[in-house]
Amino acid sequence: MSTTAEKPAAPDSEPGTAGQSLAALGRRGVGRRTIRTGRVRRLTRRDRLVLAVMVGLPTLIQLLLVWLPTLFSIALSFTRWNGLDLKDIKPAGTDNYRFVVEDYPPFWPAMQHNILWLVFLALIATPLGLLLAVLLDQKIRGSKIYQSIFFTPVMLSLALIGIIWQLFYNRDSGLLNYLLGTAGTPAAVDWFGDSNVNIWAAMVAATWRHAGYVMILYLAGLKGVDPSLREAASIDGANAVQTFFRVVFPAMRPVNIVIVVITIIESLRAFDIVYIINRGTNGLELLSALVIQNLVGEGQVIGVGSSLAVILLVISLIPIVFYLIRTFGKESKA
Amino acid sequence: MSTLASPAPRTASSAGIPRKAGKRHYGTHIFLAVMAVMWLIPLLWSVYTALRPKADTDKYGYFSVGGAFNFDNFIQAWTQGGFSKYFMNSLLITVPSVLLTLLFASMMAFAVSRVSWKFNVTLLIMFTAGNLLPPQVLAAPLFEMFKHLTLPYSFSDSGNLLNTYISVIAVDTAFQIGFCTFVLSNYMKALSSDLTEAALVDGAGIWRQYWNIILPLCRPALAALGTLEVIFIYNDFFWPLLFIQSGDRLPVTTAINNLQGQFLSNYNLIAAGAMITLIPTLIIYLVLQRQFVAGLTLGSSKG
Repeated sequence: MSTTAEKPAAPDSEPGTAGQSLAALGRRGVGRRTIRTGRVRRLTRRDRLVLAVMVGLPTLIQLLLVWLPTLFSIALSFTRWNGLDLKDIKPAGTDNYRFVVEDYPPFWPAMQHNILWLVFLALIATPLGLLLAVLLDQKIRGSKIYQSIFFTPVMLSLALIGIIWQLFYNRDSGLLNYLLGTAGTPAAVDWFGDSNVNIWAAMVAATWRHAGYVMILYLAGLKGVDPSLREAASIDGANAVQTFFRVVFPAMRPVNIVIVVITIIESLRAFDIVYIINRGTNGLELLSALVIQNLVGEGQVIGVGSSLAVILLVISLIPIVFYLIRTFGKESKA
Repeated sequence: MSTLASPAPRTASSAGIPRKAGKRHYGTHIFLAVMAVMWLIPLLWSVYTALRPKADTDKYGYFSVGGAFNFDNFIQAWTQGGFSKYFMNSLLITVPSVLLTLLFASMMAFAVSRVSWKFNVTLLIMFTAGNLLPPQVLAAPLFEMFKHLTLPYSFSDSGNLLNTYISVIAVDTAFQIGFCTFVLSNYMKALSSDLTEAALVDGAGIWRQYWNIILPLCRPALAALGTLEVIFIYNDFFWPLLFIQSGDRLPVTTAINNLQGQFLSNYNLIAAGAMITLIPTLIIYLVLQRQFVAGLTLGSSKG
């Protein structure tokens, strides 16, 4: 990767045009600068020192508080520990993993819920956001107002979203049961409490936020699509749907990649909503919540919690690596 | 860059594209209006519940229009819930975190984008990847690291880093640096290299190039990222939940976890408390929405 960056490419690249991604822009910049650096720049000793601090400080923070703990998580997942004295850490081989997979009842429900969460966001929330963006990108009266409305939940914390929807879903005081006409009757549903439906209720609440997020990103993406592409398509006789799926959507590739990654990562990170409802129990088990349940409170089982964290890490690495390859690899010449 | 210049998405696309007028738009409008109403209902329901005294909702039911409307629940929730304290805590955590994040990220971004050297891309990858990890992956080791780091009691009454603002600030900063570095480095790369070259000829050192030349040019990006990070960190629920045990040190967003226990099943008070936590977000939404959207879309054009 670094070799591509160092290669003196495209010596006279134009400054960025609308369709180009920033990353592609950046790469050219690197190439161009490298040539000049060779000629002009000579760093003084003081400059080197300043640079070392400028790079060293953030890198140290990043290593110490992000990557070292990640490695510790992996190490702890192969141990047995109650979190008290460091001397009590005992090697446990793969016992924790075996326990989690074979004897830990909430594990498989949590896996299923995480997958369900991902599928729900991918099939409902994300397409809904895209649809809203496409509709609002048209010449439509009140587009700004609609945008503001759909965008509002994006600024709220997921914890607050949990509370707001709790008020909406409540069995006795919530609006939903009134609207369904079941309020006060035995048929009234406690949407967040009933383990048959609460995962769906939580995913609807998550969609409320996710769709708005996707909408904003796609609105920016649609704006970046070269208008002449659409023009050419319509001259060729393509209808609106064909134009969108064959021309406009593929042209938004950089945004599409970001959306795919965000959707996957958000579904793995889902935590706040279920934690505020019932700490991720009784139908709302998620991997992230199980990790925390094993770390806090009495009977801390750090090893089990860490092995769950590592499982979460390994799954997360799939979208992360995909994204890094797309962004930094050779492939991403937008 | 174009996202920054006009952050709000353009509603009309350029001329020359045939748009179907008339009938089709009615359908679109109906769909959008229905969606917009559905979108607003949960929020409006909370506001509506919060504005009504508990006595009235008990008498008429929650789904009714009878009775009084006032701000009593807000006042009661504010005093009883101790919101002034929580807001102070949020402020004490958010402001240093955002400033440190932007400072470190801009230094790092400057180094990897304006100075060519071997590990540029490697470091950038490390920073970006770190930002994408689920926080729960790091929870146990960070908690234990902070717990086992012994500190004098004059510095921290827990004798370690747990239960301090510093623990939350440090981890928030570390977690957000990656994203900001990525966005800022792309922004800086797009700035002409003639700028620093000229300064170099004038004998300006690295620090002056960074502080006096590049940073002022990044003001739009810093404003967008700053707004975004204020919202991100203000909205952060997880890290304070993990590190801070005593309730009176929690920031607002995490403190609402205790709202339900505190107000029992007085939903009017819970609603009022929830709406109170929304106030700072609302202010930023009204004043800085453009910056916020610019920040979000800046991050996405990175692909």
